[in-house]
Amino acid sequence: MTLVSGWGRFPVVDSDVLRPRSFAAVGEAVSAGTVARGSGRAYGDAGIGAVRTIAMTGFDRVRSFDPATGRIHLEAGVLLSDLIDTFGPRGFLPFVVPGTRFVSIGGAIAADVHGKNHHCEGGFGRYVDSLLLRTGQGDVIEASREQNADAFFATVGGMGLTGIILEATIRLRRIETGWIRERVISASDLDAAMRALEASNEATYSVAWIDCVARGRDLGRSLIYLGEHAGRDELTEGAAAFPVGRSSGLSVPIDLPSMALNRTSVRAFNELYYRMGARRAGGSHVVSLYPYFFPLDSIGDWNRIYGKRGFLQHQCVIPQAQARAVLGEILDRVARRGDASFLAVLKKLGQGDGILSFPLPGYTLALDFPVKGDILNFLDEIDRLVVDAGGRLYLAKDARQSRATFEAGYPALSRFKAIRKSLDPGGVIRSKLSQRLFDEV
Amino acid sequence: MTSRKSVLVLGGSSDIGRAAARAFAKAGYDVGLAGRDVAALEPDAADLRARYDVEVGLHQFDVLDTAAFDGFVAGLPALPDVVISIVGLLGLQQNAESDLVHATAIMRSNYEGPALILGLFAEKFLARGSGTLVGVSSVAGERGRASNYVYGSAKAGFSAFLSGLRARASRGGVHVVTVKPGFVRTKMTEGMKLIGPLTVEAPVVGDAILAAVENKTDVVYVSGKWRLVMLIIKALPEAVFKKLKF
Repeated sequence: MTLVSGWGRFPVVDSDVLRPRSFAAVGEAVSAGTVARGSGRAYGDAGIGAVRTIAMTGFDRVRSFDPATGRIHLEAGVLLSDLIDTFGPRGFLPFVVPGTRFVSIGGAIAADVHGKNHHCEGGFGRYVDSLLLRTGQGDVIEASREQNADAFFATVGGMGLTGIILEATIRLRRIETGWIRERVISASDLDAAMRALEASNEATYSVAWIDCVARGRDLGRSLIYLGEHAGRDELTEGAAAFPVGRSSGLSVPIDLPSMALNRTSVRAFNELYYRMGARRAGGSHVVSLYPYFFPLDSIGDWNRIYGKRGFLQHQCVIPQAQARAVLGEILDRVARRGDASFLAVLKKLGQGDGILSFPLPGYTLALDFPVKGDILNFLDEIDRLVVDAGGRLYLAKDARQSRATFEAGYPALSRFKAIRKSLDPGGVIRSKLSQRLFDEV
Repeated sequence: MTSRKSVLVLGGSSDIGRAAARAFAKAGYDVGLAGRDVAALEPDAADLRARYDVEVGLHQFDVLDTAAFDGFVAGLPALPDVVISIVGLLGLQQNAESDLVHATAIMRSNYEGPALILGLFAEKFLARGSGTLVGVSSVAGERGRASNYVYGSAKAGFSAFLSGLRARASRGGVHVVTVKPGFVRTKMTEGMKLIGPLTVEAPVVGDAILAAVENKTDVVYVSGKWRLVMLIIKALPEAVFKKLKF
């Protein structure tokens, strides 16, 4: 047994971690209570097997690539970072990238991850043509929109609970350069931020960073980052068409004491960040895709900043009609509570593709909290607001929601369960997350 | 025939072999992968072709079958620019202490085979007047330790062979690189207790090998910390060293 946790480092639980070297060995490794784990970037307990965890990152081969169509067939353990570094310079990029590039293809499918373009281009699953799934029953099946469609739509967003994703064929986007034309808009409060996001519906990429410490008339003040792929003619003379994806060399080498992030330090940081951003607001400039899409990737092990006890990310989505009122209420409670939320991100989402996919048309808000005090009770109260508004929580980030919250948020759950049952009548594939939220007890 | 440079990786299915092949293919080299089981190398060949649009050839090679070495070298479609030997066998020290067959396999896999095959390529390279040979040896070869001296002594022999070959071949336009990776997270070391700050991932070793070839480095410690660690270990008086259990 090994102690395992997700990116949030909460909870830390026992699971038997195996690293098979062949698909045959994967099959042999599956036993009661198994789930696959990719890069371990799910925050909570999604990537931890109830009993056994199969580490998939060793399966990192590209099987074939067709530059004419951008179609790529690969093993599920390939990381998006690898894909970007390898195929970016050849003029191809995944259609959808989440806020970190260190996720595996299998994980990106299982969480149906979304990026800054979800409002117009959908989630990762939309660009998956087919996948190879090893079901709990022991079959290896090809699933696509045409073939085994139920298994396909249950696997996209299905948190690995339909079986082990072994391979996938996905489509890549043709890019002229690896640079993004970024435009920053400063918004003095939540209304202004949402207006700005609505007004930029046509932008390929959009996301808002919210200052969660600001209160009163500053509540919800934000910087909105819009982005478009830059063409060759937009680059400065002599710039490489594709930037080098280097880490800053910065990393968090130790667990910071949990007091390092406190109201004062976060307030100071946010104030500075907002003012610097606001100064840049208005004009547009060209930035490398790496800092644009993955601002936190440049700081290694940033999850340690919240200290040894770990942190929770609360990411909800609120349907469009209720979004303004409910987000205002949540932000007000967070600001009044004064708990440091270093990162708060607001983003517009469109329709999800998988049966259990997180996105629905509306606004998603992601907040980080260190694990301490009565945070679990506080988040339960926030969950009630989310549920009452017809919203839901993102399973890839979740470590603590209740069954009631989950069931209210995902009305297609019964359909998912039926498909899962047909693929895995013995209930072999189970994670800590499924034990917490799905499985009969 | 392409005009691109080419690399031959002996031990192509190992994690470091795969990483080295990727690093060289990314830099534009055509790649030959050699290993015992050619069919098992096919997915890696496909991976290199898909990623980097290079030519990849597969070759059957068994480091213990020294009688076949001449034929192996003669049978290659072209003499590569770079040959990298990553083959090796960690084995189990405890078994090797009493099982002569196992001890012999460790000695031959880490010393005899790699040295002989690189020696053969050296002759071809010297005749041509160019080429680079890379031997992946080990920090374990710098001082025999109680816990792995069978493996360590074979690596010591290999390091000495490379050192001598380098001195001789440098006059003929041929460069020899000795790589001492330290701890690497691979199939070979799975289950071993590795010391985090001294441990690297296989791709780091692959990149280091490419850099050493391009920069004509003689001896590479993949992590600079190992140079220091081994300096200390080598400096310990034997009376102290023999009391250590590691």
